[in-house]
Amino acid sequence: MQETRELLRIEHLKKYFSTPSGILHAVDDVSFVLDEGKTLGVVGESGCGKSTLGRTILRLHEPTDGKIFFDGQDITGLDKKRMKALRRDMQIIFQDPFASLNPRMTVGQTISESLIIQGLVDKQDKRSLDKRVAELMDLVGLAPRLINSYPHELDGGRRQRIGIARVLALNPKFIVCDEPVSALDVSIQAQVLNLMQDLQDSFGFSYLFITHDLSVVKHLSDEIIVMYLGKMVEKAKTSRLFANPLHPYTQALLSAIPVPDPDFPVNRILLEGELSSPINPAPGCRFAKRCPKACDKCREADIPLKEVEPDHFVACTLVR
Amino acid sequence: MSTTRTQRKQRSLWFEAWRRLKKNKLAMAGLLFLALLVVIAISTIIIDIATNKSYYNDHVIKQNLRLRLQGPSKDHIFGLDEFGRDIFLRMLWAVRYSLFMGTIAIAMSTIVGGILGAIAGFYGKRTDNIIMRFMDILLAIPSMLLATAIVAALGTSLTNVLMAIAISYIPTFARTVRASVLTIKDQEFIEAARALGASDLRIIGKYILPNSLAPLIVQASLGVAGAILSIAGLSFLGLGIQPPTPEWGSMLSNARSYIRDGWHITVIPGLGIMLTILALNVLGDGLRDALDPRLKN
Amino acid sequence: MTETNQELIRIEDLFIDYETDDGIVHALNGVSLTLHVGETLGLVGETGAGKTTLAKGILRLIPDPPGKIKEGKIWFEGKDLLELPEHAMQEIRGQSISMIFQDPMTSLNPVMTVGEQIQEVIRNHNPELDKEELHAWSCAMLEKVGISADRIDEYPHQFSGGMKQRVIIAIALACNPKLLLADEPTTALDVTIQAQVLDMIRTLKQELNTAMMLITHDLGVVAQNCNRVAIIYAGEIVEIGDLRQIFKRPTHPYTIGLLESIPSLAKDVERLNPVKGMMPDPTDLPPGCKFAPRCKFVCERCAQRVPDLIDIGDGHMVRCINSKDTQSYASTRE
Repeated sequence: MQETRELLRIEHLKKYFSTPSGILHAVDDVSFVLDEGKTLGVVGESGCGKSTLGRTILRLHEPTDGKIFFDGQDITGLDKKRMKALRRDMQIIFQDPFASLNPRMTVGQTISESLIIQGLVDKQDKRSLDKRVAELMDLVGLAPRLINSYPHELDGGRRQRIGIARVLALNPKFIVCDEPVSALDVSIQAQVLNLMQDLQDSFGFSYLFITHDLSVVKHLSDEIIVMYLGKMVEKAKTSRLFANPLHPYTQALLSAIPVPDPDFPVNRILLEGELSSPINPAPGCRFAKRCPKACDKCREADIPLKEVEPDHFVACTLVR
Repeated sequence: MSTTRTQRKQRSLWFEAWRRLKKNKLAMAGLLFLALLVVIAISTIIIDIATNKSYYNDHVIKQNLRLRLQGPSKDHIFGLDEFGRDIFLRMLWAVRYSLFMGTIAIAMSTIVGGILGAIAGFYGKRTDNIIMRFMDILLAIPSMLLATAIVAALGTSLTNVLMAIAISYIPTFARTVRASVLTIKDQEFIEAARALGASDLRIIGKYILPNSLAPLIVQASLGVAGAILSIAGLSFLGLGIQPPTPEWGSMLSNARSYIRDGWHITVIPGLGIMLTILALNVLGDGLRDALDPRLKN
Repeated sequence: MTETNQELIRIEDLFIDYETDDGIVHALNGVSLTLHVGETLGLVGETGAGKTTLAKGILRLIPDPPGKIKEGKIWFEGKDLLELPEHAMQEIRGQSISMIFQDPMTSLNPVMTVGEQIQEVIRNHNPELDKEELHAWSCAMLEKVGISADRIDEYPHQFSGGMKQRVIIAIALACNPKLLLADEPTTALDVTIQAQVLDMIRTLKQELNTAMMLITHDLGVVAQNCNRVAIIYAGEIVEIGDLRQIFKRPTHPYTIGLLESIPSLAKDVERLNPVKGMMPDPTDLPPGCKFAPRCKFVCERCAQRVPDLIDIGDGHMVRCINSKDTQSYASTRE
């Protein structure tokens, strides 16, 4: 084990949205630490607040409560200007390679936009700008001839590479990856995952990898958080989580994944019903309604995270 | 699945829109007609400058009562009007007013309305409320009435007519732009720009506006048609271009009393207005189809 | 598992093109397939491989223009569907063959109650039924897909995504079709919901003895739901066989590549081993084997002519001239 340094620390982060029908608890009391060069996976189904979590950490949404420490500095109160400088170090790759690129900008323009906004290259200095863009395109495996193409002329895999190049341009320390491969076909998905792994190896990025796909997160992450309706229900090192899932939701989630092997023992825990609404949630465990093991105790009060073994946290009354 | 995934020639969305527009025969006919009008307008201006308006004075506004209301003939293909002036030449000289004033008025309201709409849509909340409620008030007043009031209050001059028409069209454009900004604002590429640290001004200018231009262009081309009608209408009411300057609306208005004496003096200016509006409308429809991304491929 | 081996539908040499501005897109290039009564066939391929075109082609729902069914035959109950007049086709759609589309959000009519939508398809094919019978029938269908019949008068927006997909399935199965074409029925759903829906489809299928063509890109879904699997690439079936043949002895390089591309829950892999490159431009397909430009087993002969689908034993068909090499590679992979 190499010595690791803490890069990001989230403490009791909350993000509520007020909607006409009440307060939506998108992220409700999430805490974790991410070390340099590591990958933290955030898993959950749609509506569990995982994307909001990523965007709130980058302060694309203002947190309702809680603290975000980046590189030892509390960034929750930073003003626009200091935040802009920080954006060089913390970036995001989006899910939808179609919606996340400006359709009126060419590949080259999109990538140079990063450099220009952050003032990394002088706008007038056409030559060094072009040189840097070419370097970045090469790094993410985009052919140089694509520099003047528009996003709509490219397929999903290539577009996602543009999204990655745009982020790489800033040489950040921390990247939120919001379902970066879910819109891609499997063979392309594997290419992009490999690219992201290679880039992490060579530049030492830390990833917050948000996804609903447990097999992807298992492949990439060092540690995993499982979220349900804004709450962290379980957090553990990847190998521990898969070997010994403790929260009933994690267990159900793991059992629901179709494994591409006809001989894999199917032992499905079928959950009843669907996600309830994160608007004005009732106290107690958010999962109690669908939980096959729920008891009265689960509905009384919010269940705190408990450390059941080193680095393995679970929020469930049944677990001691 | 009709997705193609290899490299073709680089072409922007604008280029593809043009390619689609070219296939629309009706829209291209409209465009051609408008191009002809532009050529006419410019030629007449050049003639005015070159001859120091003497041709204009001698042939366009000079009265010749002896030949009044004469029907179309070899010398005067559209015939002569109630003062014996050549209708064909007057039609040609009038093009510039209709076309240029319509365009300029719409350009002004597009710019002002566009900016107001973009600000309202981008910032939302109170800004949005203040701007859009003001637009609603403007919209609640019939545009012709508003224009009439402005011209009546400030006097009949070219600029006042322009202003009157421009103001009455601002709300339409503000609404169009606001609506498209609202849909674009929530797209991920805007968030991506924000995550890069781009300023609001940059986001509006480089990300939002270029993407909301398409509906604006369509609206503008249809708006020009409306503005031309408004100019003609104001002239018809005697509030627009003043005689003896030729203008389609006032030509129509003046010819009204002689409708039994010569069919041509009302029909010709009427046809001129109609064809121009038709051309603008088919072009606008064509543009809408060409710029609509849903029809891509 | 298949109870009988009775043939239900046989597609022979189907070619479908789309004529676009950029040239002719060859969406299907000679697809031949057979489905037996009660069987589930998984049709696996990537975006643009022609999966949806095939399903729509069977129902003759290809928009024309730009789509054109160039040649081929689709034998269903002794008739060639491609020769049938349109009104006969309408009788088949929804009655004998029905289809489920991918997006549950847009497949339902938002201004009709779910009950009306279920009744609509029943009425189309059973005009003699009166109101009560229709109502009873539609309630029974809702209950079958696990929705309480009380909700029959609700509108689609009152249902969640998973529930909508259940309604769509109820509509598709209302007339007890012999064949169900399911185009990525669970792709838009969350995994726990997907598990519920697939489970339900499985149960209903068994109960009604419906054959299903399950179109998906998710090999996991295939492994847990299908009897047979067809892999489609650039409009051609490249490999077809029983479930275990495909997953345990994948032979076409593309199938092998797909299986190596997915991060697995069952195994720990340091690095994925994806197929390199991308699908070829369907307007400009390479000569010979369409997978050759991306293939790691490629040789000169591959580009010369389109390889035939060869039976390599027990009905396991592969479109590759190097199947011996690929098979030995695949067996060392484990």
